[in-house]
Amino acid sequence: MAINNPLSSLFGKSPIKPMQDHMTVACGAASELVGFFAAVIADDWDTAADIQQQIAAQENQADDLKKNLRLHLPKSLFLPVPRSDLLEILSMQDAIANTARDIAGIMLGRKMAIPAAVQPLMVEFVQSAVDASAQALKAINELDELLEAGFAGREITIVEQLIEELDACEHRADKVEIDIRAALFAVEDDLPPVKVMFLYRVIESIGDLSNCAQKVGSRLQLLLAR
Amino acid sequence: MSILAEYGTLLLVLACLFGVFMAWGVGANDVANAMGTSVGSKALTIKQAIFIAMIFEFLGAYLAGGEVTSTIRKGIIDPALLEGQPELLVYGMISALLAAATWLLVASIWGWPVSTTHSIVGAIVGFAAVGISVDAVSWGKVGSIAASWVVSPILAGSISFALFKSVQSLILNTATPFANGKKYIPVYMFGVGFLIAMVTILKGLKHVFKDSGIKLSFWEATGYSIIVGLIIAIVGVVLLSRIREEDYSTEQNRFGGVEKIFAILMIFTACAMAFAHGSNDVANAVGPLAAVYSVISTGVVGAKAMMPSWILLLGGLGIVIGLATYGFKVIATVGKKITELTPSRGFAAELGAAGTVVLASGTGLPVSTTHTLVGAILGVGLARGIGALNLRVIGTIFLSWIITLPVGATLSILFFFIFKTALS
Repeated sequence: MAINNPLSSLFGKSPIKPMQDHMTVACGAASELVGFFAAVIADDWDTAADIQQQIAAQENQADDLKKNLRLHLPKSLFLPVPRSDLLEILSMQDAIANTARDIAGIMLGRKMAIPAAVQPLMVEFVQSAVDASAQALKAINELDELLEAGFAGREITIVEQLIEELDACEHRADKVEIDIRAALFAVEDDLPPVKVMFLYRVIESIGDLSNCAQKVGSRLQLLLAR
Repeated sequence: MSILAEYGTLLLVLACLFGVFMAWGVGANDVANAMGTSVGSKALTIKQAIFIAMIFEFLGAYLAGGEVTSTIRKGIIDPALLEGQPELLVYGMISALLAAATWLLVASIWGWPVSTTHSIVGAIVGFAAVGISVDAVSWGKVGSIAASWVVSPILAGSISFALFKSVQSLILNTATPFANGKKYIPVYMFGVGFLIAMVTILKGLKHVFKDSGIKLSFWEATGYSIIVGLIIAIVGVVLLSRIREEDYSTEQNRFGGVEKIFAILMIFTACAMAFAHGSNDVANAVGPLAAVYSVISTGVVGAKAMMPSWILLLGGLGIVIGLATYGFKVIATVGKKITELTPSRGFAAELGAAGTVVLASGTGLPVSTTHTLVGAILGVGLARGIGALNLRVIGTIFLSWIITLPVGATLSILFFFIFKTALS
């Protein structure tokens, strides 16, 4: 006898765990950037190429997870949080992976050297952007605890704390960005203009990375506010 | 009269066979819905679930199944019109059993979710309205039964919503959820014991008490129920004291220990659920049988004779056999599909549903346990407790109502006329 029982078809697949999986992969791609920049500064383009491959692979994996998650969130599903908020958080998470891939791609493709004067600031800048995305992952990892507590009470305070720390991370990254732009501006006349242009572009992208991480946090906050 | 005298035994044996078959079907298919939540949330293993189901389905059927059985037996049909021709009621009830059993079998083969309760009520209304006369149906009673099908999921949903909200504010959203859980969960256990005891003593045990000449006032019943509730709460405290938070909670999963103590609570609600299910659904199988027996043994319709307890016993046995032969497979399948339900939610849903169904059993209203449970789970979902719920199921349930009632009715009309022509 076939069993199509109303009780077992009542339960959809919870999107929480897949959201966290996606964020883990996206952050994994971003965190590779630390090693990537170290290789670039050391002028070790073989290692850099390897790392870029890994970033691209993780970005692909994140894309697959994203598609899968979207397909399993039909409108007929009744979720504890607004579906649109979840989907927006997902887009932001995905943007982290995309930005990481773009940064590694353009730098490897153009074999971009980083002028010695901005190298220490660049390392700090990349690290602060990666920290911001790791902090966003921490907040997203609270989603299952939030669900357990029914999106109310103490758990909300814990998550709000994490989001505040995330904002602090992003501010730190912003400050370093101002410094690095100033440092590059000071030496830009001695460098080929096209290379400088692309350096500014990479700096902007790294800034985007921490912005995306912050946006994940602020969407999460919106989701809790309702 | 002569027909009943001539074929009485044969008809009774037929009714017994069909009745036991229906009970088998209830045990094989429906019990899975009552127990699946416990298995899905990993509060019970399948073996434990079967064990609990066997004992408590049987107890529910035997101790508290009388009221609903009597509704099916004599509440839906107005006996006044059948005064002169009691054999019509016998044909009709046997047809209703056969119709509901056939339809459930067909539906199971095709994998349609249909309710045993709706099949049997549809079948009885069908043969009475068409085979006898439209006036033979007590439409008032049928109306209240139909209303209870809408009210019971909503009531269960509201209870579960409130239960889950109370769990949130008392346990989950506090600084020390584990300690608070140990403090408050025995209160819920008391509630489970009290509710079941109250309904059983006030309604279910009526026939037992009447036989032995015991009379309990409402307050005495309350007193005994409080004692039962306290005993259950004490057993619960003992079980809870063995759970240590360190064994189950980790950095990644801070609520592991709390869920573990809810899993203990769920053992109790699973018992309540099985009891409630047994008390309500046994009537679908043995209600018509009881009607046939009362007509054949007394020769008149609507005699005030008390229903013999062997009929409930037979139904209870049928359920247990269904469970043992086929039900365990279905429980495993259903359990595997509802793993998203954790014990803290599963308990709220089960207690909401069990409470509603037991109340319905006490009032003699045949409701669908599955639909009530679906309502209860949606209630927990509304309290933002469940990751994702598929609302299409509500549509499927409505569809199965719309199909089951006329199909059950049509089949029973068909069988009724076949019996009538063949035997007279």
